[in-house]
Amino acid sequence: MSSVVTAKDLSLTFATSDGPVHALSEVNLEIEKGEFVSFIGPSGCGKTTFLRTIADLEDLTSGTLEINGMSAREARQARAYGYVFQAAALYPWRTIEKNIALPLEIMGYSKPERDKRIERTLDLVNLSGFAKKHPWQLSGGMQQRASIARALAFDADLLLMDEPFGALDEIVRDHLNEELLKLWRRTEKTICFVTHSIPEAVYLSTKIVVMSPRPGRVTDVIASTLPDERPLDIRETPEFLAIAARVREGLRAGHSYEE
Amino acid sequence: MQKVTSKRSLVYHGWITLSATLLGFVFGTSLGIGLALFIVYNSASDRSMMPWIIASQTVPILAIAPMIIVVLNAVGISGLIPKAIISAYLSFFPVVVGMVKGFRSPEAIQLDLLHTYNASPVQTFIKLRWPIALPYLFTSMKVGIAASLVGAIVGELPAGGGSGLGARLLAGSYYGQTVQIWSALFAAAALAGGLIIIVNVVERLTSRHMGVRPA
Repeated sequence: MSSVVTAKDLSLTFATSDGPVHALSEVNLEIEKGEFVSFIGPSGCGKTTFLRTIADLEDLTSGTLEINGMSAREARQARAYGYVFQAAALYPWRTIEKNIALPLEIMGYSKPERDKRIERTLDLVNLSGFAKKHPWQLSGGMQQRASIARALAFDADLLLMDEPFGALDEIVRDHLNEELLKLWRRTEKTICFVTHSIPEAVYLSTKIVVMSPRPGRVTDVIASTLPDERPLDIRETPEFLAIAARVREGLRAGHSYEE
Repeated sequence: MQKVTSKRSLVYHGWITLSATLLGFVFGTSLGIGLALFIVYNSASDRSMMPWIIASQTVPILAIAPMIIVVLNAVGISGLIPKAIISAYLSFFPVVVGMVKGFRSPEAIQLDLLHTYNASPVQTFIKLRWPIALPYLFTSMKVGIAASLVGAIVGELPAGGGSGLGARLLAGSYYGQTVQIWSALFAAAALAGGLIIIVNVVERLTSRHMGVRPA
């Protein structure tokens, strides 16, 4: 297996008016092709910052980061990843199909190719029939699905997802988690997924990265022993609960509540 | 009974004023958008230009209008253009202020999204900054078109004896023709109302095309 993301001693410090903030400190991590990696940790542990660094939305201060053997900037210029934000960030003046077309227009795909890809990705996220709707006509969960479709529309093998279901209620979230797993298996993409829900992380991932704040660092990397086929009720099995317990332990060890 | 196109008709004078207003409005709006672009894309001009733009609006238009007419007349430009320039002088201001705000209205997440696509600055402008600024443009244009009309009328005052609603106002006050003054004022008000309605209609059509949620 080849590695998609390799971070070595990666550190990132933000200069603020109150002095430097160490968002990430000596993060070492390897993500292999086809993995589903969750990043979990309390607010301020740098999980989103790490994702944004991979996406070249933040600049690292020291260490190295390689994506498909390229620097983060080169990877972005090569359009190596799709990014799903916390909010759907659909452009309200564009219909759903036009929103999905946005990256394709920018990357210069032809009109017939765009139409083909829009149809395929809408089908992938079960939104066929909503192509001509505007974002406000869709529920929050559907909007987030549309934004996933947008990230899948072009040929990036890496999908970066920053708490995509954080704002949704639990029922919708369960449903989308199930769909996301199916989608991951069907598309064989590598997914980096930021969350602060333990069940979500354990349910989705092949590898769970536990992080702790101040400075943001990796405290544990847990390889999941769960089978590939995961019905929702797998969450009641002892195996699932054991992994969840280890994640919780890692979170507790790395986090001091005294602050 | 005379024809409505006769030189004694308010329709004739209204048309003279309207053509200066529209030309000035087009000048002013274009200038306003251009200046806003310059300010948004050049941080040095942001700090250096805004004070001058604001200062330009503190100069009484009644003082500056005759000078523009006289100066342009000296270089052989008269008639419609000088009036349109005065009209543009008043109408560019709301457009600059509104469009600077509009071009800067994208949220960080919307800009980040384009950054992940490695979009060029031109693409960022066409796909995000321009469409998101359109509601600001219409608000500015409503203020701007009213200002354009005032500018055109003021521009007609120093010309004296000529045509246009401003000239009718001045002539009316010279000769104590109260009815003539009032009629010109009402014609100007009707003109302003009509222009605002047109901007509103265009705004509504654009909103519908852009799928804005009906209020």
